[in-house]
Amino acid sequence: MESGIKQVDYWRWSESRWTNPEISDWKGGLVTAGIDIGSTSTQAVIFVDGKMYAYSSIRTGSNSPDSALNAVKWAMDGTGMTQDDLNFTVGTGYGRVNVPFADKTITEISCHARGANYLYGPTVRTILDMGGQDCKAIHCDEKGSVTAFMMNDKCAAGTGRGMEVIANLLSVHVEDIGDMSFQIDEEPPPVSSICVIFAKSEATNLMRRGWSKEKVLAAYCHAMAFRVVKLLEREGVEEDFAITGGIAKNKGVVKRIESLLGIKALEANFDTQLAGAVGGAIFAKEFFEKAARKREGK
Amino acid sequence: MKAHYGYEDGSGSYYITVNTEYCATCDGKPCTDACVQGIFAREEDDFDDEIVVVREDARNSLKSICAACKPQIGGSRSLPCEVSCKQGMIAHSW
Repeated sequence: MESGIKQVDYWRWSESRWTNPEISDWKGGLVTAGIDIGSTSTQAVIFVDGKMYAYSSIRTGSNSPDSALNAVKWAMDGTGMTQDDLNFTVGTGYGRVNVPFADKTITEISCHARGANYLYGPTVRTILDMGGQDCKAIHCDEKGSVTAFMMNDKCAAGTGRGMEVIANLLSVHVEDIGDMSFQIDEEPPPVSSICVIFAKSEATNLMRRGWSKEKVLAAYCHAMAFRVVKLLEREGVEEDFAITGGIAKNKGVVKRIESLLGIKALEANFDTQLAGAVGGAIFAKEFFEKAARKREGK
Repeated sequence: MKAHYGYEDGSGSYYITVNTEYCATCDGKPCTDACVQGIFAREEDDFDDEIVVVREDARNSLKSICAACKPQIGGSRSLPCEVSCKQGMIAHSW
């Protein structure tokens, strides 16, 4: 029986796709792809001759191979390209072994470093990747090669999933949280940064005590920033510093991380969730060219 | 590459750092046998070099797994994994 009450998925973020208008003809070019299957989102990025040609970013479903296929098909939508046109594909991310058409798999740590090097430039040295269910601090050199990394995947505190839980609790769209968290008179102390379940019950109590949604969101964003800064401090933060992943789109967390570190993160002029798949597509080009050289005996 | 495996929870921070710089040229990888709990494993990295990693299923339980060796600290003995790496590339944060 229908209740007549419309359920709203406050956690649901926007899926997207893009084709590079500057590349009119991809035929005859070297076509490589990076497929990043994360716990929450999947990205497919297609490069033609080392330049980004198209991408898609979708929510990961219950079946990783299907997510990979759906992402790459959507990225190719309207381009005339098919899977047969891919010269080399790299699978990365949590579900990398489940990309049925991948020629090679690479860890998301290597791919994020290489992707950030491409997207933010060779000056980037520290990358904070805030994913759906884990958080990684990566250090790299000027070529985008990883020199150190650390990861937290023991709990959802400091991850996108934690933010989705709070969005649903407060009935606030996840994409609005950042802006709303600044609509306060004074920065409140953070809620629990150790556990999302503790943070959720703490947020519920604060609402009962009369805190506004904005104030609770500020306290949660503050807690998340505090949590990831502690992770970053294990190896130190070397500038330039960049944030990737879905949480990088949340100004409420980003600005508080910058404030705690005393360092400004590089501005992104692209979808921050793409870094892993971009790195995969770059690696794919390198592997294809290496194999071609080997075949030619060079 | 310095890989920090582990986590932080309400009781503290528990990380094992493995610097893989010398792993590819290390014969026998003695650390993999030195750990009585078998938390170290050989793995090919993204560039096909054989390195040592902390096993994925152990990474989030290091506090309890490594407790077996921790009481040895305080005397003349050090942690077996740290001692086994002749290059001194393994370190515990706690």
